[in-house]
Amino acid sequence: MIRQPLLNANGLPQAIALSERVHWVGALDPTLRTFDIILKTANGTTYNAYVVRGSEGVAVIDTVKQNFADEFFARLESVARYDEIKVIVLNHLEPDHTGALPELMRRAPNACVFISQKAQAMLKALLKQDEFEFTPVLTGDTVSLGDRQLEFLHTPYLHWPDTQCTYLLEEKILFSGDVFGCHFCDNRLFNDEVGDFRFSFEYYYAHIMRPFKDYVARALSLIEPLLPLTAILPAHGPLLRDQPQRYVQRYRELTGNALPSEISSSEKTLLIFFISSYGNTKRMAEAIFDGAAGVDNVRVSLYDLEGSEVTPFVDLIEDADAILFGTPTINGDAVKPVWDLLSSLTVINLKSKLGGVFGSYGWSGEGVRMVEDRLRGLKLRVPFPGLRIKLIPTDEEIQQCRQFGQDIAEDLVGIRPARIIDIAELG
Amino acid sequence: MAKATITFEDINVTVTAPAGTRIIEISEKVGSGITYGCREGDCGTCIMKVTEGWNNLTEPSVLEDKVLRENMAGKHNRLACQAQVLGGVIKVKPV
Repeated sequence: MIRQPLLNANGLPQAIALSERVHWVGALDPTLRTFDIILKTANGTTYNAYVVRGSEGVAVIDTVKQNFADEFFARLESVARYDEIKVIVLNHLEPDHTGALPELMRRAPNACVFISQKAQAMLKALLKQDEFEFTPVLTGDTVSLGDRQLEFLHTPYLHWPDTQCTYLLEEKILFSGDVFGCHFCDNRLFNDEVGDFRFSFEYYYAHIMRPFKDYVARALSLIEPLLPLTAILPAHGPLLRDQPQRYVQRYRELTGNALPSEISSSEKTLLIFFISSYGNTKRMAEAIFDGAAGVDNVRVSLYDLEGSEVTPFVDLIEDADAILFGTPTINGDAVKPVWDLLSSLTVINLKSKLGGVFGSYGWSGEGVRMVEDRLRGLKLRVPFPGLRIKLIPTDEEIQQCRQFGQDIAEDLVGIRPARIIDIAELG
Repeated sequence: MAKATITFEDINVTVTAPAGTRIIEISEKVGSGITYGCREGDCGTCIMKVTEGWNNLTEPSVLEDKVLRENMAGKHNRLACQAQVLGGVIKVKPV
């Protein structure tokens, strides 16, 4: 296969053909090292945009980051006139894909913008205006370009609520947005020509898609019936024309558990993390462990944060049904190892797991409530008020800890009796 | 003042609360699985299902209706950060 040059004889960017009717019109950003604050990239990235030509018009699928608009427009102009553009599809509204949108809408006034149902408010916010034409679409909706049809797949939360994929029926090509993408810039573009990007693909999934595993599984159930595809064309990184099904299979594997399951499905898992300066929070943790371990069908584990790195716990927490944190209060705050673990949990889905907090304190004891607020912010449910004990727990207080553990375990297995409470009791 | 009883079906807890109370003021404290994002009716994170007592909640505002529509919420769904209780029996659960 002859490699197509990214620049024409005059040194201007030109489109790269993927088929007779489909072209890449994106931009390369090889010097980028940090994306969106949270992601590193040793190889920069690409902002991939595409043009599809039908007998009755042209579609542009996604745009590029604003700074790269000139490169995008030069490539676009090498394969289409603006008055031919009937359709602009935005698979995802993040600014790295919509930076050239306002100018594209200005240059192509005949085009209708197609976005997902969930993207409407975001598009208006992005363009800072309410009065313009767009068409919200859902799975199964199509738009015709004459002899080419685009069909939409609603794939929310991959990785924003608005995300969708677009399928070119006649050529069996999936324009997948950020799904199957990665931050990897190589001017050879195609997955069968670029350098080894496996690490970048895995890293991107781990940081961008993993928090939305359940949504990934749902999206795959829409994508898998389309196999075999001739190509998957993501919004970042290499264009996947060689064995595209491998990337679908890998995503399917990654929606499984990070660690093999050791616990039967009839049991619930409760993890207790603690750190202790004088041993008082540790004694609380052990008593809570005892109380919880006495409840049938709950597998309880106890971990001292002083003795571990944070990273291995993230996989455990992803699989757990409940997590408790024990922290002393030092200088009016929970302690750093607890915050370190909590700040590492944004890469997994915690929604509706059961959470709880406890800790011994000397003077004011704010740490427990701070961590409770953090757990709620992470979308855990926290059904029991945090247990705070001043200094050394008495025998009676140790019994309170056991009861706290038992209550949490019983809540977890659903054997707590129905309760009626007046709002005044909730504090 | 009229009192309402709000049952959080996912945790089997019923709370009595005066008219005007928002569901968000109760659900987190009792540990229901209804979760929150912006807490001001914009993001749609706290969409919940009302299984009984729809008319015992305040009517959704135009803005709430818009957020529900854009999030493709079901017929019996409300935003827990916006819905206020009026009285009577109300039953809700996370979606």
